Amino acid sequence: MRISVQEEDFDLGAEVKKISGNPRIGAVASFVGLVRDVEMTLEHYPGMTERAITKIVEEAKARWQVMDCTVIHRFGALKPNDQIVLVAVASSHRGDAFAACEFIMDYLKTQAPFWKKEQTAEGTRWVEAKTSDDKAADRWEERKPDAV
Amino acid sequence: MKLKVRYFASLREKIGKDAEEIELPAEVSTIAALRAHLRARGGAWAEALAESRLLRTALNQDMAQPAAELKAGDEVAFFPPVTGG
Repeated sequence: MRISVQEEDFDLGAEVKKISGNPRIGAVASFVGLVRDVEMTLEHYPGMTERAITKIVEEAKARWQVMDCTVIHRFGALKPNDQIVLVAVASSHRGDAFAACEFIMDYLKTQAPFWKKEQTAEGTRWVEAKTSDDKAADRWEERKPDAV
Repeated sequence: MKLKVRYFASLREKIGKDAEEIELPAEVSTIAALRAHLRARGGAWAEALAESRLLRTALNQDMAQPAAELKAGDEVAFFPPVTGG
């Protein structure tokens, strides 16, 4: 399991390869989030960020068969189309890999202390949290592994 | 009791401070009480920490509820709902 909060970009192919070595792994599901439309700066809470992501990944491991996992989240100045976040999950089967990947992403949106500040022609503005993100995380409360 | 308070994102900008060491009177023993204590500074503090404003809090770098109890040496953080990912 690797969790990294960093300014540098990442390479999806290289990261997937790193967690695919075990011959019992039959599936790797990955998600990459990109900056949409405008330049932005991402602030975070060093220390708590890594801790919050670790807790989310531990919860995913308790719910699904996760053999390895990498989460990378960038901070600092980012431009449209830049990669912001990577979640990659390796498992024996695709069902667990897909579900754990989506779960980690949904919880990261509401639990990991990052804040986006957009730079537009009119000036800068802090992005408001969306209630749809809370709902996306909440629905997992009713979806324990047995129900998947 | 002495503890550390941290502020992030739009809240940090509004009050013009990112962290402070604070000595609290004995009756300020929860996160909610600390918020009210800081709000009583008035001005930008009263506005940024107003009860109507939706803020999240962390205690020793874990998400925490307003009723969470404080002890000496704790690190408390106030911030707006998160927007990463």
